Amino acid sequence: MPIRLEESSFMEKQAKIAIQNFHFYYGTFMALKDLNLSIQPNQIFAILGPARSGKTTLLKSMNRLTDLIFGTSHTGQIFIDSQEIYGPEISLPELRRRLGMVFDLPTALPLSIFENVAYGPRFKGLSEKSRLEEIVEKSLQAAVLWDEVKDRLQSSALRLSGGQQQRLCIARMLALEPEILMLDEPCSGLDPISTASIEESLTKLKEKYTILLVPHNIQQASRVADRVGFFLEGKMVEEGSAFDLFTRPKNKKTEDYISGKFG
Amino acid sequence: MSKEKILEKSFLLIALSSISILALIAFFIFQQGIPLIWKVGLNSFLLGDRWFPSKESFGIFPMIVGSFWVTLGSLIVGVPLGVACAVFLCELIPPTIAMILRPMIQLLGAIPSVIYGFWGLIVLVPLIRDSFGGPGLSILAGSLVLGIMILPTIISISEDSLRALPRTYKEGALSLGATHWQTIWRVLLPAARSGIVASIILGMGRAIGETMAMIMILGNATQLPNSILSSARTLTTNIGIEMGYASGDHRQALFATGVVLFFIIMGLNSVALIISRKGRA
Amino acid sequence: MKISRHHTQGLAKGVIWVAAFSTLAVMFWILYQVLREGLPLLHPDFFIQAPRQMGRAGGIFSTIIGTIALTVVAIVIATPLGVGTAIFLQEYTRESGVSRVIRFGTDCLAGVPSIIFGLFGFVFFVIFLRMGWSILSGGLTLATMILPTIICTAEEAIKSVPYTYREVSFALGGTRWQTIRKMVLPNAFPGILTGVLLGVGRSVGETAAVILTAGSSFITPDSLFSPIRTMAVHFYILAREGISMEMAYATGAALILLILAINTGANWMMYRYAHKA
Repeated sequence: MPIRLEESSFMEKQAKIAIQNFHFYYGTFMALKDLNLSIQPNQIFAILGPARSGKTTLLKSMNRLTDLIFGTSHTGQIFIDSQEIYGPEISLPELRRRLGMVFDLPTALPLSIFENVAYGPRFKGLSEKSRLEEIVEKSLQAAVLWDEVKDRLQSSALRLSGGQQQRLCIARMLALEPEILMLDEPCSGLDPISTASIEESLTKLKEKYTILLVPHNIQQASRVADRVGFFLEGKMVEEGSAFDLFTRPKNKKTEDYISGKFG
Repeated sequence: MSKEKILEKSFLLIALSSISILALIAFFIFQQGIPLIWKVGLNSFLLGDRWFPSKESFGIFPMIVGSFWVTLGSLIVGVPLGVACAVFLCELIPPTIAMILRPMIQLLGAIPSVIYGFWGLIVLVPLIRDSFGGPGLSILAGSLVLGIMILPTIISISEDSLRALPRTYKEGALSLGATHWQTIWRVLLPAARSGIVASIILGMGRAIGETMAMIMILGNATQLPNSILSSARTLTTNIGIEMGYASGDHRQALFATGVVLFFIIMGLNSVALIISRKGRA
Repeated sequence: MKISRHHTQGLAKGVIWVAAFSTLAVMFWILYQVLREGLPLLHPDFFIQAPRQMGRAGGIFSTIIGTIALTVVAIVIATPLGVGTAIFLQEYTRESGVSRVIRFGTDCLAGVPSIIFGLFGFVFFVIFLRMGWSILSGGLTLATMILPTIICTAEEAIKSVPYTYREVSFALGGTRWQTIRKMVLPNAFPGILTGVLLGVGRSVGETAAVILTAGSSFITPDSLFSPIRTMAVHFYILAREGISMEMAYATGAALILLILAINTGANWMMYRYAHKA
């Protein structure tokens, strides 16, 4: 029987993602401290903070990629649609299909463009050519890459530029038809034009998906985020609507970070 | 059990194959050989110097001595020349030429031992016979050929060790005024020592285990050899020559020879492991 | 009289030059000699005809079949075992008691002399499992001999597949096996193939273990249970029994050419693989 969310508040019941008392450890090192957070559907939630504050760890513990690393452990719970994702009967491949992820470096697989995007759907068991072609086209269009590559779908993805590869990774993620998108500094190393086009797609995508974004910088967060959580050394210091957090932050440390006093 | 779990267990089972094979080898060799050692007595087996299977006399001391001298001889030939070649390839010739020579040396290492034995038989043996007398089929011939056979091993590994050294070693020494040779002799070679020693041990293992070439050129006399021009047998050739027609106790004695060989090789491996661990620490 | 450093250097370098040059020269000269005598004797008939008159005449056809058969059996058995072991060590465990035991076994196996493998193959495959002197006994014995080589090269190949490929595959919903099958193995394939080629080279040249397990019949085999002679064994017998120096040279030359081809293939594979990555 799935572990049911405590019937504690209306907000939490509606939440797409609810994190309760979550601590995460690499061996004895505590990377995430006492995290309590709920995220509503169809919004962009930005995870803000300096390096080493646990942002990537948070994302990877949500699709349990951290399970691949030896010696990790956690306490507390993470619920997605009221279902505990560390529960015993959770299927990891299915979980990872529900939470699509894009890494901070363009990670095209050594396959053709078509095969990159079709990679995830094939695991689901999809092999019918027409269906795959449909999904690939749809995903590449949603990632604003279709027009640039539609004539060379069979060529190697490794030949694409950095910005194109990153959009390919987004398409690859969308092809899974996930519910939640997690993007870890998706625009790092990209030129302003690619960055702008990715940010534009994100704003369109939130109509369909719930998005967790680790922004490349504070400006990006202020451009696209609906809500923001500020993280420092594994602890979420403050959380609120983007407008509130950026204009009148409640915590001194938040204010210092936003005004650039440290980074 | 899920499909993934089944796969994991299957791979575990497959991975246990190498240690299982090793265990099987040890088991069967020992099963055949130990009873005979028991019967004859360890002392008289190892130290007895008469090998007359037809008279139930099984002393393998001459073979132990033969193995020892041939291996020692091969190291005397192979180590200095091998290290010299490694230095030659690494330091004394342009890298482009070294790049051509390296795969060729690797190829020489892949040539079957019977080819080397053949060459020894038709070139070296008559040469020794004509120059020094005796049958020509001798420990001298064996050492020379075996030395040549272990050269590729020693050269490749020693050269790899030299090339793996940080460039700063060489540059530092040279900038302190050392000549190129002084750098090689006093800095590079000592620094690569553990790799060179590893190559020597590997070469030694190969030398002790060599059979076919030795059968062809050692002469296969069963008496205790008394000079390098003597004909002799090694532990390996003893087995290789007689296994084709041995039976009963005789055959078991050959397995017993295998047991002794097994222990020697395992001992060598352990020494190598200890040295490599010390070198790393 | 004090010898200057430069004189020492000149002398030392000179000695090394002479030593290295003559050593390499002798080694290549050995090959050259066999090839010089043997190559002229290689004509198509030599390869197609079976040995006649105990090998004094005819060709080496049956030995070619024997070599191929034995090698194929060895590769077919050793490759799945070796690659499977490598997959287990790299993908399913970390450094632990189990992995250390497995590596110890593999290292020791790599050091066992071929005559011991021959003894083992004889008592286990030929006698105990009643396979007799046969292609099967010989091939299985060779498989145990080349297993460590394949494990080692397969591990290197698998290790060299970047971790990000795996991470991405998992993130896209792949299970461990799916990731191995679709991402790791295809990318490790060239390296694994190199290891297989090295195993082939070893099988072709092996003599001691083959004589004790596959016999030495030069009749063309008709089943996996037939005894057989390989080219290396044939060469050895010709030389040692003094049957025919001509035939020995010819067989030797053929053997060398075969090894040359296999080694060149393996090197080319490694070269292409290194440049693709």
